[in-house]
Amino acid sequence: MESIGVLMACPMNSYLEQQLENRFKLFRFWTVPDKSSFLASHKDSIQAVVGNAFAGADAKLIEALPKLEIVASFSVGLDKIDLAKCKEKGIRVTNTPDVLTEDVADLAIGLMLAVLRKLCESDRFVRSGKWKSGQYVLTTKFTGKRVGIIGLGRIGMAIAKRAEAFSCPISYYSRSEKPEIKYKYYPSVVELAANCDILVVACALTTETHHIINREVIDALGPKGVLINIGRGPHVDEPELVSALVEHRLGGAGLDVFEHEPEVPEELFALDNVVLLPHVGSGTVETRQAMADLVIGNLEAHFLEKPLLTPVV
Amino acid sequence: MKKKKDHIIRNKTKLLFLLFGVNTESSPTPTMADKEPQQPEELPIVLVHRLPSFKIPSGPSFRDQLRSQFHMLDPHESPEPYGSFLARHAPFIRVLMTIGPSPISAEFLERLPVLELIVATSAGLDHIDLPACWSRGIVVTNASLAFAEDVADCAVGLLIDVLRRISAADRFVRGRMWPVKENYPLGFKLGGKRVGIVGLGTIGSEVAKRLSAFGCTIAYTSRNKKQSVPFPFYASVRDLAANSDVLVLCCALTKETYHLVNKDVMVALGKEGVIINVGRGSLVNENELVQCLVGGEIGGAGLDVYENEPNVPKELFGLDNVVLSPHSAPGTPESFKAVLQLTVGNLKAFFSNKPLVSVVSNE
Repeated sequence: MESIGVLMACPMNSYLEQQLENRFKLFRFWTVPDKSSFLASHKDSIQAVVGNAFAGADAKLIEALPKLEIVASFSVGLDKIDLAKCKEKGIRVTNTPDVLTEDVADLAIGLMLAVLRKLCESDRFVRSGKWKSGQYVLTTKFTGKRVGIIGLGRIGMAIAKRAEAFSCPISYYSRSEKPEIKYKYYPSVVELAANCDILVVACALTTETHHIINREVIDALGPKGVLINIGRGPHVDEPELVSALVEHRLGGAGLDVFEHEPEVPEELFALDNVVLLPHVGSGTVETRQAMADLVIGNLEAHFLEKPLLTPVV
Repeated sequence: MKKKKDHIIRNKTKLLFLLFGVNTESSPTPTMADKEPQQPEELPIVLVHRLPSFKIPSGPSFRDQLRSQFHMLDPHESPEPYGSFLARHAPFIRVLMTIGPSPISAEFLERLPVLELIVATSAGLDHIDLPACWSRGIVVTNASLAFAEDVADCAVGLLIDVLRRISAADRFVRGRMWPVKENYPLGFKLGGKRVGIVGLGTIGSEVAKRLSAFGCTIAYTSRNKKQSVPFPFYASVRDLAANSDVLVLCCALTKETYHLVNKDVMVALGKEGVIINVGRGSLVNENELVQCLVGGEIGGAGLDVYENEPNVPKELFGLDNVVLSPHSAPGTPESFKAVLQLTVGNLKAFFSNKPLVSVVSNE
């Protein structure tokens, strides 16, 4: 397989890079200064693209690579890959489901606790020496809060299971009601938001779910409500979220993702009721290695003409 | 030393103010609600035990509920000198309620010959000489039940924060480093971690219940093995540490548990091990903890309590693998409402000869 050209779209994991280099002819796209002449000269050797949540394979890249057979994404979400185009051209697509489910769900609960119990704020308070001048940080209880989940897939279910251990009543919104699920279903996001204390975005990013958190939803969640986004930045109408937080129309937010990463709205930096993370939902040593192994496994399976491990297209 | 105590007292006073909306530092304006019931002498007597700067929070919730049902005898509200006030009432004082960390020594108990019950409004009772209480047959109740959920939530929050670097990552983003450095260092997975709980009481059990849902395996140490508990028991904290990735400290501070976690225990926990302390600062030898963190002998720590509060070792301030909170694990309005209910519940139960709600076991 050493002759097979694999194009890595952006830097994502050093272990994965090493494993790819050991097996394939690896091209690091981010190191290429002149992308179009690079593609023109290597279009006959590149048969696979490895992408992730930040860079994948858009229509332009797919068109530029006539020998492309497979796009293996080092992520669950595939919003950076033009799936329709891949389908049309017979290009296979794989992702890394399941292995990061627990990490993302853990982080969602971590964000809930961090926002309600003001963990980051109290850490800043102690480190700055303010405790000695006698101020206390009073916070909000998490146990028993009503948790509303948008998208009850693998990640949503894992969040629900964890929140239940904190005696949180669970409700959810998804395209259709899941009859086998005991949690309360709301047929609209606005109704869900109006009936929970903590609203968490855990659905895939599609054209239907783009800006699923808009002004109306934020208003329904209200000045005591907390929004958690561990999905994708464009799930949320970010300017609306920022103004709601600044104007205290929303109680708080825990955000792992943003609309224009790595840019984060400046107004958020001054707020104590938000927790801001640099898209680390699956960012653990253990999980990244499992994801890398899955990317390699899918590529090897494809080129050995075996069934793909986690095919999407 | 005095100065430090004053700080703590001021902190607590401020907290009571926040909780009950009454500034206890100045004399409250008399209102209808402050009037004594018409015949307080007919109500059961409860001695209020507090440092002079602590007052029973007034307002519709705490003060009125207590005063409408009990004759709250407060030596600090009387013009009479403390000693003679106490001596005069002592023959009638069967119940004492403590507010905050007011010390109760064996000598103090000598002055209350008919005392039967101490109702404490805190979870930890390290300010009370428990053996002295028990040798005199005095029953003690605490408020762990009221604080357990919030403290357990905080323990889990600190653990996720340490493993997933939440506070450090928030600092990274707010410091505008994301566009510069792009890749933030990876954290560690919570699922599958072996969590050792030191003290599987009310709070420890709530921690175990929560972390089980994250796929952690639970083991514990405590004074005695608990028959009703499915988790593996280790007789020593060192053995527990050697078989754990995480230690969560939520036991009471006593002579036996003072500096229970020392360097030897930390070395047994190992270089990737994490310590979470929501119990009391002196459960850990803080100097050795700082050395182990700075020297990489353990992986990280989430601390809500310290040996010398509100002083926190400065060496910790530069570390990204520690998360620090200002003894705020029980600090929610919900917890304090629950403390009030529990206090009233214990007092009512005592005076109507019903079982007490939250007796501290002397096993």
